[in-house]
Amino acid sequence: MSQLKHLIDILDLSVEEIDDLIRVANDIIENPAKYSEKCRGKKLATLFFEPSTRTRLSFEAAMYELGGNVLGFSEAQSSSASKGESVADTTKVVNCYADIIAMRHPKEGAPLVASLNATVPVINAGDGGHFHPTQTLADLLTIQREKGSFENLTVGFCGDLKFGRTVHSLIGALSRYKGLKVVLISPVELKLPSYVKSEHLKPNNIEYIQTTNLEEVMPQLDILYMTRVQRERFFNEEDYLRLKDSYILTPQKLKTAKPDLTIMHPLPRVNEISVEIDKDPRACYFKQVLNGKYIRMALILKLLQEAGTIPTEELANEY
Amino acid sequence: MNIDSIKNGIVIDHIPAGSGMKLYALLGLEKLDCPVAIIKNAVSSAMGRKDIIKIDADIEVNLDIIGYVSPNVTINIIRDGVLAEKKSIGLPKLLKNVIKCKNPRCITSTEQELDHLFRLENAEEKVYRCVYCETKAAADSE
Repeated sequence: MSQLKHLIDILDLSVEEIDDLIRVANDIIENPAKYSEKCRGKKLATLFFEPSTRTRLSFEAAMYELGGNVLGFSEAQSSSASKGESVADTTKVVNCYADIIAMRHPKEGAPLVASLNATVPVINAGDGGHFHPTQTLADLLTIQREKGSFENLTVGFCGDLKFGRTVHSLIGALSRYKGLKVVLISPVELKLPSYVKSEHLKPNNIEYIQTTNLEEVMPQLDILYMTRVQRERFFNEEDYLRLKDSYILTPQKLKTAKPDLTIMHPLPRVNEISVEIDKDPRACYFKQVLNGKYIRMALILKLLQEAGTIPTEELANEY
Repeated sequence: MNIDSIKNGIVIDHIPAGSGMKLYALLGLEKLDCPVAIIKNAVSSAMGRKDIIKIDADIEVNLDIIGYVSPNVTINIIRDGVLAEKKSIGLPKLLKNVIKCKNPRCITSTEQELDHLFRLENAEEKVYRCVYCETKAAADSE
């Protein structure tokens, strides 16, 4: 296995590395006490150049549960970026204080720039509309825990498939597994971009269908990944008003769904999943949040281990 | 038309007709003090018409720029009036500061000191993507 120094794009991880992270995350869930001191004395810097409370809290909770500490900032105004400092310089400074960095930045490619200037591991915690690999890891852990495997699944993606980066990343990650069938459900205006199909679906011979009708395909789905259809994505208000309710998941639309369907959503939700569905055992979006913390714990451990910050032998034995 | 032979320098041959001036500008050849000749629309048995650039000085030229604009050119290195080396280039795998990313959301749009890096994704279709944001290079990105 190649040495993992940073995590910028989910495709930086091989299938084996993802399996390894999922294995560790599952072990953390089963035996949390075993991991509660693993990062004692280590520091995670959360460099959030734009606010993202949920992702930041997830990283911080992950580090605290490993026994480590956290430092950082939650918006650019409270960092030296507001004085015009470059990402490279901020990284070189933080190198001196922290053992690992989680960076969120509105500009695409900023975490890659950080990784090129870092002496410690850098995790991309979201760069604009580009990558958000730890969200994809949270999605993958959820799928593995709910379905037991990534193979032979029919996965429906519903809503904004054009701008939804979580959808693009998850399609990229799942395309590497056997027997995947993808069902793309969106208004014509928000169809999956052709480059995602040509980069992931076509080269891997993934069977896929495109439709505008969620109810029509519901019975086929093993997983339904919902995203929000945002008003600002439409050129005119009429189209938005005409289409918005088609992509709101209600108990009525779930009537023909499989009894073991897994309903996912990267959150935050606005109204695209009716709150009545929260009580349905098939609703897994809050489990995704929890899984996000566990997979981030596994990732922090893995990167610190690879960096030699945590003793390799000790972790290797326990894995 | 007579163009003097060069003694020590470079001849960039087999430039597609019409690309010679573009290459001249991108290579910054206007800044040179030495003789530089651009031959436009020269007759070529293989290409029909071609452009040629002759630089009468032993200088380093940016092969990435040449490869990006005209991957099929031939570079002839002339020393003491004779052909010392002849090489083909092809599309460079990585472009450094040859073209600029035009994605306003790319980190290179705000951090001016960063190198503009593009990775060759598809040689057949000449597709380059920004290393930072993965935006496809537009045909007129120079």
